[in-house]
Amino acid sequence: MAKLSSLVQHIEAFVDVSRPANQQTVSIDAVASLLKNDLLTIETLVKEMEMYLTTTDNIIRARGILLLGEVLTCLTENPLGNATVHSLIRFFTDRLADWQALHGALLGCLALLRRKSDAGMVTGSDARALAESYVKNLQVQSLGQHDRQMCFELLECLLSGYPNDVASLGDVLVYGICEAIDGEKDPRCLMVTFHLVEILAQVFPDPSGPLAHYAADSFEILSSYFPVHFTHPKSDDLYVKRDDLSKALMLAFSSTPFYEPFAIPLLLEKLSSSLPSAKVDSLKYLSSCASKYGVDRMEKHSREIWLALKDTIFTLSSENVLSVVSESPDAMGFQENEVVKEGLICLHHIILQNSNLFINLIVEDEDVEVIFRSVTSCRSYNDITVEDRKKLYMLGRILSVSAQVSSSSCSRIFQTFFLRLMDILGVPLDGSFLLSEKLNSGALYLCIELLAACKNLVLDSQEYASKSFSLEDTCCSLLRNVSAALTDALSSILVLRMDQGVSEDIYSGVKGLQYLATFPGFLPISKPLFENILAIFMSIITSGNERALLWKLSLKALVQIGTFIEKYHDSEKGLGYMNIVIEKFIELICTDDSVMSFRLKLEAITDIGSTGKDFMLRITQGMEEAISTNFYEACIKENLKAVEILLPLLECYSSKVLPWFQNTGDFEKVVLNFAINIWNQIENILTVSTCFQKKDLLDATMMAMSLAVGMCSEENQAMIVQKAYNVLSLVTSLPLNESLPLSAPINVEGLEHSQYLYSFSSVDEWLISLFASVIMAVRPQTEIPNVKLILKLFVSVLLRGLVPAAQALGSMINKLPVKLNSTEGSSTCTLEEAMDIIFEANLWSLSVNDPLRKCNIMDRNKVGITNLFLNIYENVTVPTQAIVGLAWIGKGLLMRGHEKVKEITMLFLRCLLSSGKIRIFPVQQDSLGDCNGPDIDPFVMRSAADAFHVLLGDSEVCLNRRCHATIRPLYKQHFFSIMMPILLSSVAESDSSTSRHFLYRAFAHVISGSPVIAVLAEAKKLIAVILDALSTLSVDVMDKDLIYSLILTLSAILTDENERDAVTENAHIIIDRLIGLTSYSHKMLVRETAIQCLTALCGLPYVRIYPMRTQVLRAILKALDDPKRIVRQEAVRCRQAWESISSRSLQF
Amino acid sequence: MVSALINANPVVYETKERRVRSAPSDVDEYGIEPINQEEIFDHVRDIKDPEHPYSLEELKVITEDSIEVDDKRNYVRVTFTPTVEHCSMATVIGLCLRVKLIRSLPSRYKVDIRVAPGTHATEAAVNKQLNDKERVAAALENPNLLSMVDECLAPSYA
Repeated sequence: MAKLSSLVQHIEAFVDVSRPANQQTVSIDAVASLLKNDLLTIETLVKEMEMYLTTTDNIIRARGILLLGEVLTCLTENPLGNATVHSLIRFFTDRLADWQALHGALLGCLALLRRKSDAGMVTGSDARALAESYVKNLQVQSLGQHDRQMCFELLECLLSGYPNDVASLGDVLVYGICEAIDGEKDPRCLMVTFHLVEILAQVFPDPSGPLAHYAADSFEILSSYFPVHFTHPKSDDLYVKRDDLSKALMLAFSSTPFYEPFAIPLLLEKLSSSLPSAKVDSLKYLSSCASKYGVDRMEKHSREIWLALKDTIFTLSSENVLSVVSESPDAMGFQENEVVKEGLICLHHIILQNSNLFINLIVEDEDVEVIFRSVTSCRSYNDITVEDRKKLYMLGRILSVSAQVSSSSCSRIFQTFFLRLMDILGVPLDGSFLLSEKLNSGALYLCIELLAACKNLVLDSQEYASKSFSLEDTCCSLLRNVSAALTDALSSILVLRMDQGVSEDIYSGVKGLQYLATFPGFLPISKPLFENILAIFMSIITSGNERALLWKLSLKALVQIGTFIEKYHDSEKGLGYMNIVIEKFIELICTDDSVMSFRLKLEAITDIGSTGKDFMLRITQGMEEAISTNFYEACIKENLKAVEILLPLLECYSSKVLPWFQNTGDFEKVVLNFAINIWNQIENILTVSTCFQKKDLLDATMMAMSLAVGMCSEENQAMIVQKAYNVLSLVTSLPLNESLPLSAPINVEGLEHSQYLYSFSSVDEWLISLFASVIMAVRPQTEIPNVKLILKLFVSVLLRGLVPAAQALGSMINKLPVKLNSTEGSSTCTLEEAMDIIFEANLWSLSVNDPLRKCNIMDRNKVGITNLFLNIYENVTVPTQAIVGLAWIGKGLLMRGHEKVKEITMLFLRCLLSSGKIRIFPVQQDSLGDCNGPDIDPFVMRSAADAFHVLLGDSEVCLNRRCHATIRPLYKQHFFSIMMPILLSSVAESDSSTSRHFLYRAFAHVISGSPVIAVLAEAKKLIAVILDALSTLSVDVMDKDLIYSLILTLSAILTDENERDAVTENAHIIIDRLIGLTSYSHKMLVRETAIQCLTALCGLPYVRIYPMRTQVLRAILKALDDPKRIVRQEAVRCRQAWESISSRSLQF
Repeated sequence: MVSALINANPVVYETKERRVRSAPSDVDEYGIEPINQEEIFDHVRDIKDPEHPYSLEELKVITEDSIEVDDKRNYVRVTFTPTVEHCSMATVIGLCLRVKLIRSLPSRYKVDIRVAPGTHATEAAVNKQLNDKERVAAALENPNLLSMVDECLAPSYA
């Protein structure tokens, strides 16, 4: 009973119109949930509501019925008994007559009609009764928009759900619907209405049925909407767009063939309208209707349609046809405007439907004949008038569209036009072409269009095997007959008009040859002919006139032909292509002729090669040969010319060929060959001469080598490494032989003899650098022979300033395993061992009774690192190199997340602090004498500071993904969070200005190398230090890039919402510093960013920034006269921002 | 404001393409880029017309060629063309131009604003008013006028 009382409350709440809307929604939900949970049956609800449903008070009755309707809408999923559904639908059907309460009734009907069969549906007889009541009682057009939409949806449900039952109503129903939709204007309702007509056509397909009877009337209603003109400013609030409406109307138009007598004349009439959108719509509708109405019905309209289409296409061709053609040779197409495009599509549909009839119309058309005659009457393209040129293009398009429809249409068009064109061009059907005079441009263009159409048709029919295209067709046999003569004719254009030709003719010539060459199989052209065409193109290419249009077009055509061969796996043509094009190109790059610049040759050859794998393989082979020969020339004979060839070759190899292989996959062998080949070359050269000098050549070779190695698999990498190692061990001057004891340090005397240290021949440099580039790129698992020896070698050469050795060392450290598998040989070593070797190798001047040695005896590594610096006072360069080496080693460690990196960084830090309190070299103090002076040369300090750049920077050369580095996620953040507190406290403690300067430098490197997110998290502590660093570093010009990266970080902090408080607190000092930087004369970007920061600071609380206002404005006034425009522009903005924070505007 | 628009249906022209910023690598740090016509034009092109939601550039009130500038002699002259001859907004447009240039140029500059000869009914009066320092200062004391000027200038700072 409690339920019932709450039910009554809910019902009362809903029925009372004065209650707020949300309360009423709550009531509906409550009642619906009672029903859903089976706490209440529909019958009980109806009984309970009896009074509300039947009262004579219009408002209350309407509310009552609405409640029932709304509740039913919520219950579409719940099963209901047939009897219940029946009684409910009868009730609502009756209520349709009650116009005061119509809304609820419509809602209820819709809810019931939309029920699924498993939940209890309305029966057919009930639906019929509903339809009857609908037709009898409803005056749809007198209702409001929402009710109208529901009425139409109701009809839609009836027609699609109960077609047979409502169909028996016949004329009455169709008439009722026509009456209902007549004069509808709301777009949402129209969408439903148009669909309604579409369904209606399916319900009454009978030619003597009611729809056929009312076709004229119903089409009259529909036709008033065409063409859809819908300019609602914002389509999104109605969810209806013009295109949707237009599409729905199109479906309604083409829904039944009964509309044909009315629709086609209407569409043809609207086609001549001046509104472009009306034309486009008419053409679209025409295509759609033609296919729906069927051949028979369309036949009688075909003449009118052709005339209308012809008229549209010829008169509406776009005006800027010509300028486009001459400017962009790659698209002889001009910008077809949309009407013409749609017209051609429509033409295609209509020809497809009834091709014989239509082709006849076209062929026999007088206008076509007239145009054909007039455009082929002028000899040269320049003689054709602008008007005629447009017609020429359009005629070409029409003929090409018609020819592409089917093989029969193609044959027909070819018979009629192609023969005549051949005649005009002077190409005999059999026999050879005799060049007499200039070819007819118009005829040439049409001929090329027809060729393209025929080619596309053949290709299409090959792709869809169902449409068999017989090669014995007229057009093919025709083409076969003329192909030889045609080729001669086309090539004569290219040869004759190379320099002074009209670009259109050249374009036609190249395209024509390209089409002839890309017919599938050797039909209709023969193999010698194909090869002849390729030879013609090649002769143009080798003439080397790269600025000419002809050259570019020919290259493009060759690429197209290559792509075609690859796509259709045409092996025979491929062979010809290989022999004529590829071989010729390889010959080109191997021989030295000055007609074409070498880079141009390379560009052309990579374009050609990228069309297919076989071609690319052959080209790579050729390139490698060229590299080999030139390598020899360049290095032994010091042939400068060979260097000039080799450089672009290697660059092209790394920038084009290798990436291409990487994208296509399956490249291992090629790449391996390349790397091994280079090492072979070097091996050959080693035996003869020692002349390696070109630094840029070394760089290019290293780049190509490391790319190539990086792409290989482990086994192949191992092979390359082994090969390289073998070559390396041939050089006796390097300490790379087994006699060198592994455990012993490098000979002290040997190192102290400056001869060994500094007589570093260029051969050694080459070899080691190249070897380093191999080592940098190998995968972690790749086996490296004699790791320990290699490590030693690198350590010893890095001290002589060979950075690649340091990078290779870093890469090795990054990739070495922590633990060894027992199965592996003794040549490999673990990370620990490697570290030991690196540090032991430098224990050269350490005496046994050294106090440092004693106190640190537990930690050998640390001693080792420290001792790298013991020779500092003899020469500055050695420790500088050592620091660079350590930086790369540190980077390797850092990236894999190894702890030892901390020791290395602490060492850098100690270098930086050396003139402060911390003395790391007590041993050396005596020898130096003066304790107050700087212990370490500023150069060393500088490189220690820059080591942080190496640690956190991203390198292009090594230790990146391409080089298979081990990268621990978030390693930069990790390093930042460890280092920052240490750096900050060191800065605070440091009391020497030099030391502080370099500490700030290191700090700036760390800040700019770390991710912004990490920096932002610490922003509060950093702001003051960043500002100090900015002021310290701004003294030296050399630090300008650092200043820039610092100020970028600062600007990130300033614009971050979370840091607002910290920024506000420091506003004063920040603004002071920024003002200083607005006149930083060494870098424009710094000034610009400083001013941008000032502008951003304007958003801080008024109280904080107002006192700074005059100061800022004074600085900005100066910036308005900055030498750089961009800075001045920023200054204007900044000035405006700061001016506007005061109540009064401008001071003069 | 006047009840009816002075030029109710102005012709709107296409605008000139904006300069794109060159790549930072090819900048000569110490080279001097003098203030030129194009830069002055960039300052004033986006000023909104007092009557219409179009910029002065779109209405061809100013063009790049109508600006004379001599960076060495600290002199700039802007000649503008009102859309109609009797345009009472000419003084407001001129005032906007002047204020914008005073705010955007270094203080060493002397700014001269003129109506193009023969394009305005009271050409001499307008020119005199626009180049009289006292009268410009007085005009900017007027809060209504100032807010109108600021509104017109707002888009040019974006």
